[in-house]
Amino acid sequence: MGVEGIGASVVRKEDRRFITGKGRYVDDIKLVGMTHAHFIRSPHAHAKIKGIDSSEAMKMPGVIAVLTGQQIVDDKIGNLICGWAITSKDGSPMKMGAWPAMAPETVRFVGQAVAVVIAETKNQARDAAEAVVVNYEELPAVADVKAAIAPGAPQLHPEAPGNIIYDWQLGDEAAVKAAFAKAANVVSLDLTNNRLVPNAMEPRAAIADYDAAEEHFTLYTTSQNPHVARLVLSAFYNVAPEHKLRVIAPDVGGGFGSKIYIYPEEMVALWASKKVGRPVKWTGDRTESFLTDAHGRDHITHAEMAFDKDNKILGLRVKTHANFGAYMSLFSSAVPTYLYATLLSGQYVIPAIYAEVMAVYTNTTPVDAYRGAGRPEASYLLERMMETAARQLNVDPAELRKKNFITTFPYQTPVIMTYDAGDFNASIDAAMKAIDYAGFPARKAKAKSEGKLRGIGVSCYIEACGIAPSKAVGSLGAGVGLWESAEIRVNPVGTIEVLTGTHSHGQSHETTFCQLIAERLGVPISQVSIVHGDTDKVQFGMGTYGSRSIAVGGTAIVKAMEKIESKAKKIAAHALEASENDIVIENGEFKVTGTDKSIALPMVALAAYTAHNLPDGMEPGLKETAFYDPTNFTFPAGAYICEVEVDAATGKTSFVNFVAADDFGRLINPMVVEGQVHGGLAQGIGQALLEHAVYNENGQPVTASFMDYTMPRADDLPSFQVQHTTTLCPSNPLGVKGCGEAGAIGASAAVINAITDAIGNNKLEMPATPDRVWHAIHG
Amino acid sequence: MYETTYHRASSVDEAAALFAKGKEAKYLAGGQTLLPVMKQRLASPSDVIDLAKIKDMVGCSGTTSGIQIKAATTHYDVSQDATVRKAIPALCALASQIGDPAVRHRGTIGGSLANNDPAADYPAAVLALNATIKTNKRTIAADDFFQGLFSTALEDGEIITAVDFPVVDKAGYAKFPHPASRFALTGVFVARMPDGDVRVAATGASQNGVMRVGPIEAALKANWSASAIDSVTISADGLLNDIHGTADYRANLIKVMAQRAVQAAG
Ligand SMILES: Cc1cc2nc3c(=O)[nH]c(=O)nc-3n(C[C@H](O)[C@H](O)[C@H](O)COP(=O)(O)OP(=O)(O)OC[C@H]3O[C@@H](n4cnc5c(N)ncnc54)[C@H](O)[C@@H]3O)c2cc1C
Repeated sequence: MGVEGIGASVVRKEDRRFITGKGRYVDDIKLVGMTHAHFIRSPHAHAKIKGIDSSEAMKMPGVIAVLTGQQIVDDKIGNLICGWAITSKDGSPMKMGAWPAMAPETVRFVGQAVAVVIAETKNQARDAAEAVVVNYEELPAVADVKAAIAPGAPQLHPEAPGNIIYDWQLGDEAAVKAAFAKAANVVSLDLTNNRLVPNAMEPRAAIADYDAAEEHFTLYTTSQNPHVARLVLSAFYNVAPEHKLRVIAPDVGGGFGSKIYIYPEEMVALWASKKVGRPVKWTGDRTESFLTDAHGRDHITHAEMAFDKDNKILGLRVKTHANFGAYMSLFSSAVPTYLYATLLSGQYVIPAIYAEVMAVYTNTTPVDAYRGAGRPEASYLLERMMETAARQLNVDPAELRKKNFITTFPYQTPVIMTYDAGDFNASIDAAMKAIDYAGFPARKAKAKSEGKLRGIGVSCYIEACGIAPSKAVGSLGAGVGLWESAEIRVNPVGTIEVLTGTHSHGQSHETTFCQLIAERLGVPISQVSIVHGDTDKVQFGMGTYGSRSIAVGGTAIVKAMEKIESKAKKIAAHALEASENDIVIENGEFKVTGTDKSIALPMVALAAYTAHNLPDGMEPGLKETAFYDPTNFTFPAGAYICEVEVDAATGKTSFVNFVAADDFGRLINPMVVEGQVHGGLAQGIGQALLEHAVYNENGQPVTASFMDYTMPRADDLPSFQVQHTTTLCPSNPLGVKGCGEAGAIGASAAVINAITDAIGNNKLEMPATPDRVWHAIHG
Repeated sequence: MYETTYHRASSVDEAAALFAKGKEAKYLAGGQTLLPVMKQRLASPSDVIDLAKIKDMVGCSGTTSGIQIKAATTHYDVSQDATVRKAIPALCALASQIGDPAVRHRGTIGGSLANNDPAADYPAAVLALNATIKTNKRTIAADDFFQGLFSTALEDGEIITAVDFPVVDKAGYAKFPHPASRFALTGVFVARMPDGDVRVAATGASQNGVMRVGPIEAALKANWSASAIDSVTISADGLLNDIHGTADYRANLIKVMAQRAVQAAG
């Protein structure tokens, strides 16, 4: 309904603020009496702290305090936790080592905080930090996941012998064994899923403000989920009780997962603010982002797929080693298990699947969910496997996929998920048409005649989004429910405020959520505002990640709107002396159907608040709340096809074409969706070609700046051809599935498949740098 | 950044005098190297003496034997300069590939040479073109100027005032950018002199910074063509070896970039 409703590519309401530099980020906030924190971080990957001497630093100008890890432990601030319990094959619980906010005794990765200087200015804090003498006794370190589980490896945590956190399994081992026993062909593959640094444009930051009179804390922080932050800080970290802690996440410049977690710096800022009796600000610099933001991925996997004589898949066996870094980050345990192995059926009928995942500590930055989280790893594995199989079985890769597609829904996979809807043939057909798949052999031959190596690569991904049904995730070990909330306030003059528990940090909620209201009421989006990111304003909610905001948060808004409309119709019917059932809503007016009688929304709202003439027994006001718990995940899926040309002399890959055909269900704002796809593709291609967080064998990071860590730039990327095929999601009223992660999930396999096709060598790891590709060509 | 005292010099002599007075003074030109280093607290000069506003240090002009580029001329200005383009278009092409627009509008040729980053572009041109570096004290031949990683023949406080490039018969530059930094993973500048001499310099490749590439010089002297380089072997010994380029890959790039530079030179 209306020009600004569902399906309209309206321009983003937030653009004006952001484009004119008026966004308000944590670092823009300045409080009276504010002090500045600078952390002293370990230069060693593994060491014992023998002593910390801050006497010289304390004499320096502007220094208020130097606080250490031992003090935070003495003050009984809780250790950081991992909020998802995983049980090993043998029935034992996961083995979590203690992670104090600052290290009192042992440091386990380069960049771990050991102390903090609080001073009047940022520069004074930095100057003084250089005068603090930390005496370390270096210990042997291990950065590589396989080296960490080898006999004699340095041990990180006494709680986790052999550095093993868990050794988990999913699926039916015996059924897989039987499937392989009757296989006509078996295809096997070894893969590395490279470690990535999220690199949100805005580094993390925090301001903590303790009010001694009220014993109340306010925390401004770069969070994707301020309520979860408050809950964890309160319930587990013992910083302050929930009603005495307000968490505000104002404008946040990107997260990609890395701002889900509650980090040591926020805990220390809160604790320090009380200790020094003044507000404490910390703004991370880019180096701190590289060293301390939770990294992504970092798997080593061996996989085997069994096929029958007709090239139908019989079974899949997967063994993955996941590098967790030095500590278990907040949702780390769920990523290589329930967000990964549960997607190993992909778009295919695979009768038997068995996955084993070993989670391992190393002396590196902690690893957690990063755009896609587990699902890119599953998708990369399956889609490289399908391409490898097609080459080994000598069949067309698209045909092999089609032959094995799931075509009837709902479909119960052998790995927990029930896919509700989809049309995988529609997506791949659309992508094949767009890229002229049939014409590729001729293009390849022509390129060859010109001395060029051309390749094409397909990737058909599926993801589980709309995270998540609370009961289901609870049964799998989640420490929280994953519903979402909304409150809608129709003001006495008819303008509308929508309070959402999700958080927008690049997702355009301030526009798309308004469109949901415009759709139902026919009012312009300028009359609606979205309120989020403040625990004092907004009812409890779970935040934004896992492509959940529209599917779960948007549905909560719809549910609250249903209540608003129901009450408003009663008020309108009463005012118009008509039956409630005859009232229809059109262009911001409540009309008696079939008549010219109507009352505008502002008058209905005013009536609700003046309460002079409401139906008998009706409460005044027009404000409703809804909590929505999804009944299933949503399953966005699609097909990406990439065509590349490789320069054999330098190994450099250039794009000829990149086509994305996604099924996200109903699109609220197609322009915003396309933007999300572009961003995701950029990160997926970044992983495939460019990005790699590297440690040397002593655990020293080699790529801790943009001079060494290759972030994708615009000229590294092709012009994307983005299109959509649609099956509506049956489990929510909007029919939406979510679009935030798809690009990052599906893109990397398409790119690597295209390159390996071009060069005729399947032994290639991500990132496929020119150096690696050149070696793959020339041996 | 540590505290420092900023001076804006209006002449080369004033700059040199200010330098002599400072405890640990540093010259500042475009600041594209010095300022990031200071921000990271890896340098703490007591005084920073800005050369960029010295009129005598900016601009390009023709000379009797070639062209002169003054030391504080920005990469952007070199890339756009008509005199340079007419005499040695490869220099314009090189300058236009340095960093990004922000870097090119600030960074200077003098700063780049004084810094002698092993992956910087200009050193390859200066060495291959057999240019002469003029300072406030003397002139230095390119072959004597570059002395390994971040090290040059400059004495403490010596100011590069200009670079003199001779007329050449042919010149070309090809750069394979480092994926992350976009400096040269390997860049090769080839030049043929009017007397038939050939000089080839590679940057980004060697552990000792910019270097002449003898085998390619010999091949091109015998036959100025890309295919003449086909049979040359470049040893990987002494070449840089890191996550973005192994030594054997860089050895390959020296060849391939030399071939492309010859093609660019025409
Ligand atoms: C993001 C980025 C990308 C870049 N990419 C490239 C690239 O692709 N290729 C490339 O070659 N370079 C690149 N650079 C470096 C750039 O070219 C700089 O211009 C150059 O390194 C230094 O020049 P400057 O004028 O900025 O010198 P400054 O940073 O001001 O000074 C550098 C050093 O030289 C000294 N100095 C400056 N001028 C003189 C002088 N006239 N006499 C004596 N000493 C002097 C200073 O004291 C200082 O020690 C990049 C830089 C950045 C920030």
